Amino acid sequence: MALRDRIRRWQLWRSIFRHPAPVDRRNRVAVVLTNLVLHLHPVAIPQHAVRFHFTWCMGGITFFLFLVETVTGVLLMFYYRPTLEWAYNDMLALRDVVSFGVLREIHRWGAHAMVIAVMLHMLRVFLTGSYKPPREFNWVVGVMLLVLTLLLSFTGYLLPWDQLSIWAVTVGSNMARATPLVGHEGPFQHVLSVDGVDLITSGSDARFVLLGARSVGEEALNRFYVLHCVAIPLVAGFLMALHFWRVRKDGGISGPL
Amino acid sequence: MADPNGQAQTEQPAAGPCVPVAPTRRGILASVFGTAFGWGMSALGAATGLWAAATARFLMPNALAEPPRRIKVGPPADYPPGKVETRFQPQHGIWVVHGVYRNRRQIYALRSACTHLGCITIWQENEQRFKCPCHGSGFYADGIHFEGPAPRPLERCAIRLASDGQLEVDISKTFQEELGQWEDPQSFVEV
Repeated sequence: MALRDRIRRWQLWRSIFRHPAPVDRRNRVAVVLTNLVLHLHPVAIPQHAVRFHFTWCMGGITFFLFLVETVTGVLLMFYYRPTLEWAYNDMLALRDVVSFGVLREIHRWGAHAMVIAVMLHMLRVFLTGSYKPPREFNWVVGVMLLVLTLLLSFTGYLLPWDQLSIWAVTVGSNMARATPLVGHEGPFQHVLSVDGVDLITSGSDARFVLLGARSVGEEALNRFYVLHCVAIPLVAGFLMALHFWRVRKDGGISGPL
Repeated sequence: MADPNGQAQTEQPAAGPCVPVAPTRRGILASVFGTAFGWGMSALGAATGLWAAATARFLMPNALAEPPRRIKVGPPADYPPGKVETRFQPQHGIWVVHGVYRNRRQIYALRSACTHLGCITIWQENEQRFKCPCHGSGFYADGIHFEGPAPRPLERCAIRLASDGQLEVDISKTFQEELGQWEDPQSFVEV
């Protein structure tokens, strides 16, 4: 018996891959549909969809960059401590002390590239009219993912804890003061008051919730760390799953007009 | 084609006489390196292996924020008979003692970790004993256990008289009494 056949009849192999080798049309479909990785791609796609210049692969490249950011980010977390005492030193040590000290550079350049790829992906979707019915909802999900990508960059920008990041986040979070209703310098904030006493003050408005304090300090560093490493990636991961699923359910990749 | 499970496909002979063709070494190599797909998968595998190795190396720290393993604890004159020096314990985990072991006056360094489950012992000056707060083990000033669950004496660290006249303790090297290692001249300084 050939080795290949022996492996295919091995119970361990058959417990993972339930179908025979993809040698005919029926088994090719069955193998793709029952494999987690392969089923992310449709069994069959229209011929135009594999043309590079129709999509520029920008959605896939964005997802690939998200995976790069996840892998390098998890590795960075093994050394980085989000405290006033250590954050800046750990960031320097990730370049100067550890082996293969390029992971932080990969993480940072990957983040820049991801924002650019998202923009180009949206440009492609706009130019090909792929936001039109029945894909309106997926466009909305995509806009949410754009916002989350920008928020990931914004929260990650504080973590090196140098002068640039502290003041950038100070300026950025100052915008939250002007949030309507829940920013203490924004319009309509006086609406929320009891007996003339404002409920929305510098100690209770949107900026205060974002930073955990009235100014950028250790509380803000910790909040941004958790948002950057856990909260936003979880939400983005859920929305990405929804986004990819809807591509298929809305009739696959859109065709040329 | 009609066979629904597809197994028969792999054994379908080509046109002509049914002669099974054994795979040749050249044929296998050609199927791996003779195609762009084979080259691509080989490159992917190599990149994955390199990445895994680099990740493993990255996770091994190159710098530690631990106190040094060799410490100077002062000249022997700082240790009159019966002295138990406790000031090195918080950072380095050792008691430095001028005591008596088998009728010999020695200066030695005891690890402060209890030999039961590794809690940190406390020197009780009035009782003249090391007492473990976890389960009540007690040790005399020479490190020998006499009460509680501890199964063996405290461990000694290497100690020597350095060239500058100070005692130097090497915390990375330990000596156990029950193995007869306290006879090792590295484990004490004769007074």
